[in-house]
Amino acid sequence: MIKIENVGVSKENKTILAAISVTLTEPRIGIIGSNGSGKSTFAKLLNGLERATTGAVFVNDAPIGKNNKTALGKVGFVFQNPDNQIVFPIVVEDLAFGLKKSGLSKQQIQSRITTYLEQFGLRHLLERRTHELSGGEKQLIALIGVLLMEPEIIVLDEPTTLLDLRNRSILLKLLAELPQKLIIVSHDLALMAEMDRLLWIENGNIHQDGSPEAVISAYRQFAESES
Amino acid sequence: MLTSTYYAGQSFLHTTRPLFKVLALFLVCTLLFVFDTWFVLTPICLAVFGLYGIAGIPRSEILLALRPAFWMLLFIFIVQIYFESLQLASFVILRFVTMILAASLLTLTTKTSDLIAALEQFFNRFLPEHIAETISLAFSLCFRFIPLVRQTFDEVTEAQKARGHHKDWRALATPTIIRTLKSADEISQAIIARSVETSHLSAANERRDREHS
Repeated sequence: MIKIENVGVSKENKTILAAISVTLTEPRIGIIGSNGSGKSTFAKLLNGLERATTGAVFVNDAPIGKNNKTALGKVGFVFQNPDNQIVFPIVVEDLAFGLKKSGLSKQQIQSRITTYLEQFGLRHLLERRTHELSGGEKQLIALIGVLLMEPEIIVLDEPTTLLDLRNRSILLKLLAELPQKLIIVSHDLALMAEMDRLLWIENGNIHQDGSPEAVISAYRQFAESES
Repeated sequence: MLTSTYYAGQSFLHTTRPLFKVLALFLVCTLLFVFDTWFVLTPICLAVFGLYGIAGIPRSEILLALRPAFWMLLFIFIVQIYFESLQLASFVILRFVTMILAASLLTLTTKTSDLIAALEQFFNRFLPEHIAETISLAFSLCFRFIPLVRQTFDEVTEAQKARGHHKDWRALATPTIIRTLKSADEISQAIIARSVETSHLSAANERRDREHS
């Protein structure tokens, strides 16, 4: 369970998020909103990448921000652009990156990487150069890099934006099978319609919170009236 | 050197300890500069080419290693001919080519993670652990992101060409630098998010916390 209590974020005297309070219990939660509305900041609060100026965030009753390492272990984060998330030149090296400090032996790390890649049918990418992967492959490797850490919650920031139709459907199938709680920030309304709950963030506030049908319908009306 | 990465194989070069290969590279480059003669350059150059054969690395990788330096080498070659002689220009270029290929041989036969681990181990002998870790992470990021910066530059070049700016270096440099800096910001966040928070990043977070409180 994620509990956000009166959380606000301000930078350079500008309010990015106003005092937000919300409790997230559903397994699949979507976040939509206009560009610059504060949804990425909201997502980054959940694993301590952004620090709340006011209020507090709790993941399974543990406060996030005071002990960053605890937050990072519990909440995995997949960035919009996998090129900025993959930090080693070879796939196997990159996947081993996060695991090195987990106390696992070299063999255990190798075995866990192989198991995950095989599970998703990506064993053939093991020794590939990361800068030569396709956009879809990079996104999947970035996601597997997070899954390997076995987090309880995964936050995904615009996971389908850079993907073609085929890779989008591969990623969605993979996400549907994950046991973890997922929080997905996206403009992809077809994906958002599959969520259990949808938050619409606008101007740093939760503008609407409810079922995907109701929120998407209101969001569409808002977008049409603004254009 | 920085754009080439591991080429899988089982040769003795692949299995030699990374730190030994780094020291050998250092020694070869020193020899090439200290002994300024064809008697030293020729055997070293032949040895480097021979080692490519032994490591089973195809010729295409040799060309890939040299391609990024092509224009710079050509420029040096022309300047040397103009101010000195064809013989000296050839010597200087062959020396650079030998050093680039020797350096590429290191990265082609060594997994980056092994190289980074070796460097970390080496720096650990006389530097505090967190500094050694930060230095080795910086090396790793260089290997990974040089091709990415080049890709960004190519994209910006194409975009500016489409807008009619063919030789405007300011129009090329500004968006490349801005995009690279924005990426750097997200990369540092990604490193933190992947649970490998290095001490200087922790310090940055603590600073941010203090500013907020």
